[in-house]
Amino acid sequence: MADHLDDYIDAVARVMALPVEDAWRPAVRANLEVSLRLARLVDEFPLPDETEPAAIYSA
Amino acid sequence: MPDISPLMSAAETAEAVTGRRIMALEATEAALGRIAARDTILNSFTDVTADRARARAKAIDAEIAAGKPVGPLAGVPFAVKNLFDVQGLATRAGSKINRDRAPSRRDATLIERMEAAGAVLVGALNMGEYAYDFTGENVHDGPSCNPHDPTRMAGGSSGGSGSAVGGALVPIALGSDTNGSIRVPSSFCGIFGLKPTYGRLSRARSYPFVTSFDHLGPFARSARDLALAYDVMQGPDADDAACTTRPVEPTLPSLTAGIAGLRIAIASGYFQHNLFPEAAEAVARVAKALRTTQTVEIPEAARARAAAYIVTTTEGASLHLDRLRSRPNDFDPAVRDRLIAGAMVPAAYVDKAQKFRRWYRARVLELFKSVDLILAPATPCTAPRLGQASFMLDGVELPVRPNIGIHTQPISFIGLPVVAVPVPLEPMPIGVQLIAAPWREDIALRAAYLLEKMGVVAAPAPKGL
Repeated sequence: MADHLDDYIDAVARVMALPVEDAWRPAVRANLEVSLRLARLVDEFPLPDETEPAAIYSA
Repeated sequence: MPDISPLMSAAETAEAVTGRRIMALEATEAALGRIAARDTILNSFTDVTADRARARAKAIDAEIAAGKPVGPLAGVPFAVKNLFDVQGLATRAGSKINRDRAPSRRDATLIERMEAAGAVLVGALNMGEYAYDFTGENVHDGPSCNPHDPTRMAGGSSGGSGSAVGGALVPIALGSDTNGSIRVPSSFCGIFGLKPTYGRLSRARSYPFVTSFDHLGPFARSARDLALAYDVMQGPDADDAACTTRPVEPTLPSLTAGIAGLRIAIASGYFQHNLFPEAAEAVARVAKALRTTQTVEIPEAARARAAAYIVTTTEGASLHLDRLRSRPNDFDPAVRDRLIAGAMVPAAYVDKAQKFRRWYRARVLELFKSVDLILAPATPCTAPRLGQASFMLDGVELPVRPNIGIHTQPISFIGLPVVAVPVPLEPMPIGVQLIAAPWREDIALRAAYLLEKMGVVAAPAPKGL
């Protein structure tokens, strides 16, 4: 997973033209690990397919 | 000049000004004097708008002398977090980068409404960079310091708002709360804070962070002052897409109504974990005073906090994407690195978080059929030391910065109104959240007022005053 995440950071940084200097990488990676852990916690929760997102737009 | 106590409330100030016992200009000069004398320690102000304040105060005095009506905040000094547009100032939002913006041409709606009620803007307040913060620290402007111990955090991101009101420089300040940024500084600085229902107060001409979570609201040293400020700021505003079209619902008329008939419960489960003993003690004191032992479980609160975290980091990244590319070295590094990581969270997770949000909101709204007010800690701890990087929660060492708001995030995630009330523990105060159903700010304010009258909650005088 460790290598995959570093590869992922490199790839997304290139695709999005985001700078990630070597000195920042450990902090970016640590933050991304926290976000992905929390995202998985949400992802694990079963929701009906019909669930609407809580958007605030109204026409 | 008359002797004006730094602890004089907004209500007392307005009454004295209207009754011509003091001049608005005298109240303004007193506030400017306190800022000059004490803000060298607190570092809560980034801009002091002295000339504007004096001109405004003189205009109010002239209106009173001419027998014209002035509003319920006549002559009350106030200040705003520096993400509010203030005419003539660049809206820095705690950042270095935004200082390059053109000066604002018009005040934020809430400033206009406060001033229409007679209040006098005296300046703009320090904050965590781009509001992505719970500490009140700022690498560009220095930290906002805690008024009860300046070696400790004021809390963030509205750190200057907490510090200025807690330090009795001004009786009222305005701030913003996306995940806890009004409630956390209220807790650490020992003051009252109101995060209204999402959409209740206009955010027009304020700098955004996470638009679907962003709320603006007041800080004060009493429940009455909080209600006074809140009431004058209500009302629809076409300049904020999320601002409600509901009519104004004043809270002052029912402020002293007490809690008879209200069903009050303590949030259990998630909200009774990850706490220092002081936070549990504060909730217990409030619950005892409100004579409740009933508990209520807010379902899936940990997942709600996780979903709020994901939406925040990704919407924040989206907002700042261009600046992350063009000026990465001008950010606070801690903010930059979180935002870059946020840009890398897959979109499917974000959509899932927003779907979970709707599910969660429906479940929590169900709870309000059987309860009117829910009690929960505002922060897991009293104010940490400035620069403190980690703390132990339930035996686990965690970084301070993102975890101070673990008990506030699941509430703002679905826009519920909350009054944070200060429990004056020694040596440091700590807050409790009084959480109500949407649009029922009145209930939370009634409970806050009663608790204050009972002496259970109070804004302690800053040390050394």
